[in-house]
Amino acid sequence: MPIKALTGNEAMAEAMRQINPDVVAAYPITPATEVVQLFAQFVADGKVDTEFVAVESEHSALSACIGAAAAGGRVMTSTASQGLALMHEMLYIASGLRLPMVICEVNRSMSAPINIHCDHSDTMGSRESGWIQIFSEDSQEAYDSVIQAIRISEQAFLPCMVSLDGFIISHCMQGINELTDTEVQEFIGEHKTPYSLLMDGHPFTIGALDLQDYFFEHKRAQIEAMENVLPIIKSVGKEFSKRTKRGYGFFEEYMLGDADICLIALGSCAGTAKVAIQELRDKGIKAGLLKLRVMRPFPYKEIVSALFNIKAIAVLDRSTSMSTMGGPVFIELRSALYDNPVHPLMVNYIYGLGGRDIFPRDIVEVGQKLENIKRTGKIEKMIDYIGVRE
Amino acid sequence: MTKPGWRDLAIGAILEKGGTALEFKTGDWRTYKPIWSQEKCTSCLFCFIYCPDFCIEIEDGKMIGINYDYCKGCGICKEICPKQAIEMILERR
Amino acid sequence: MEVVSTIFPYTAWNVPYIHSAFENSAATISGVEAAYKAFKKKGKIKKKLNFIAFGGDGGTYDIGFQSLSGAMERGHDILYVCYDNEVYMNTGIQRSSATPMGAHTTTSPAGRVIPGKTQFRKDLTEIMTAHDIPYVAQAAPSHWLDLTRKVEKALSIKGPTFINILSPCPLGWRYPPSQTIEISKLAVESRFWPLYEVENGKHKLTYKPKKEVSMEDWMKLQGRFRHLFTGKNKNVIKDCQKQVDRKWEKLWTLQS
Ligand SMILES: Cc1ncc(C[n+]2csc(CCOP(=O)(O)OP(=O)(O)O)c2C)c(N)n1
Ligand code: SF4
Ligand code: SF4
Repeated sequence: MPIKALTGNEAMAEAMRQINPDVVAAYPITPATEVVQLFAQFVADGKVDTEFVAVESEHSALSACIGAAAAGGRVMTSTASQGLALMHEMLYIASGLRLPMVICEVNRSMSAPINIHCDHSDTMGSRESGWIQIFSEDSQEAYDSVIQAIRISEQAFLPCMVSLDGFIISHCMQGINELTDTEVQEFIGEHKTPYSLLMDGHPFTIGALDLQDYFFEHKRAQIEAMENVLPIIKSVGKEFSKRTKRGYGFFEEYMLGDADICLIALGSCAGTAKVAIQELRDKGIKAGLLKLRVMRPFPYKEIVSALFNIKAIAVLDRSTSMSTMGGPVFIELRSALYDNPVHPLMVNYIYGLGGRDIFPRDIVEVGQKLENIKRTGKIEKMIDYIGVRE
Repeated sequence: MTKPGWRDLAIGAILEKGGTALEFKTGDWRTYKPIWSQEKCTSCLFCFIYCPDFCIEIEDGKMIGINYDYCKGCGICKEICPKQAIEMILERR
Repeated sequence: MEVVSTIFPYTAWNVPYIHSAFENSAATISGVEAAYKAFKKKGKIKKKLNFIAFGGDGGTYDIGFQSLSGAMERGHDILYVCYDNEVYMNTGIQRSSATPMGAHTTTSPAGRVIPGKTQFRKDLTEIMTAHDIPYVAQAAPSHWLDLTRKVEKALSIKGPTFINILSPCPLGWRYPPSQTIEISKLAVESRFWPLYEVENGKHKLTYKPKKEVSMEDWMKLQGRFRHLFTGKNKNVIKDCQKQVDRKWEKLWTLQS
């Protein structure tokens, strides 16, 4: 297996090249522009057979992806932030029509104020759009997840977005363990659809007006499809790890086995948190980390059972929900724990909005506070902010 | 007719068979009804060309009648007919 | 289109059909056509297929304008047909940029101080011509032979083609449905809706009006212009006539 030094964007573009989709329709946006550019160059150099549609907006990008997927194509695109927001209407249509496709998403904050740096408000803002959502800690994970996403999406008949953190990962060089082109092709296999607009002799109608008498049934079926995604992610991850020795589940448990307090994070922050956990352990604090990888569907049963012995939890959210009840991961996790016989103490830290850095010492501090909460059973502030000036 | 439950519907609200709207009769939306006089008709087929609902029935190039299953009673055929072979009457049901 | 032709579980289409959203039929078909090209390249499909997108004037002139312009510029092998009834009908008679000056709609209502829509209509056919695509045409249902000939021609041409079809609307324009073909005919005769085509940049009238029909003659048949026939509002009719004359002259020079 060749090792290459690649940035996050290069790693995702490289995965796209190896996947060699039928159609890519995309529009540039910082910090995902590079993915689109690199892919256009692959097309120009004849390194892929893809029809590249250089559309005039992200709305059209996803519309064209929908057309191409309905035509039976294997379809991919890439975007970030405002681009994902401009796609918003079409996100629901792609999932509602049950069309497989993959977005390489680069996490960036949502305007206003305008900012091009990382937070998760773009991806989180589309978490109810019916897409499978997979976060990545680093470029290797993003590369691996993009390849797996093709299989997951096509097996579930649901679209999937794989995201990595803007600039922090997208522009950061890392040694990537690559699969060979043949290995990738073998792994993803041929794309098969039970129906397509181009299937000879079948006048399929896709996207009919669905009124009060049928809409609910179709939505119910879509929810069921989402419920069936977890076993698919599991089996695809297992198969992937057989080839690569890199295993992927719904989340990663880091020093969680004997821990009594736990941090929850997703994206690049998980790497920072691992350093902090080491330091906390050195201080005699039994801290662990649960790095969430799959945000949609939310693997709540598995998370709850992984947190069984935990007395206090701090959820690190890189976006907020504006419900004033905390960030999206915090809210969902609290809800997931409702039926548990024991309720761990829970606090939420919002951090890193608009690309504000987070350091191991910040997370060590969170760990120490959490240890204190565990000891005293008292929570002073349920929702707090890391690194914001008062 | 009992409608299928969610497990029995095709994926993504797709419709697998084409042209099924034929089963959905829309003629009862009509207020006025076109009456065709075979004697006056010369089968110029203008009405066939202009009927927005394809309701003019023809056989071997000749008009043979009006399909009331889908006719909305718009009266375009009556207006266009050069031979006044179609008249509109208020339909009583 | 989906609202009238595909109410689940029925479909009127006997050919493959997709509806995805209101404003993106051009982008959606771009994707279908791109997939077709990809499959053709790989030898998975051999047949020649036609790709036709439909949009109303709202979905074409307004909210879908960018999507249409993009698809035309990219040169997909598609035919885009606009059914131009000069108004948003699905949502109940709202103005579009295709609505003619003076027309009453629910968002350009005729009131005590404002006599209906205060702007001239957008000339989308010429905007499409400016895209330098191989074929652009304007047609009307009254002239059916002209219309079908244009569709056949557009489909025989490789690359993006566009046909704008005037689609008189009894409810929105306020006239009895039986008059539909007559209203369409007079729109053409009055030179409000010239029948022409632009092939490789060359304008050609496909029908020369035979009668002298004024804008007033055409407008008085339609309730949406009723308020223009009283008091000082009559000036609006004059302005409409001037605009039609000006555009006709321009078209005439372009084609000769
Ligand atoms: C993004 C979006 N905005 C608004 C609507 C509501 N809407 C549905 S159809 C329509 C107007 C349609 O007008 P036109 O394209 O002229 O077609 P017509 O109804 O006249 O056939 C509007 C505003 C929508 N479906 N989607
Ligand atoms: S238009 Fe009149 S004459 Fe011509 S075919 Fe129809 S009914 Fe007969
Ligand atoms: S009344 Fe209208 S719908 Fe009925 S046959 Fe005549 S033209 Fe067709």
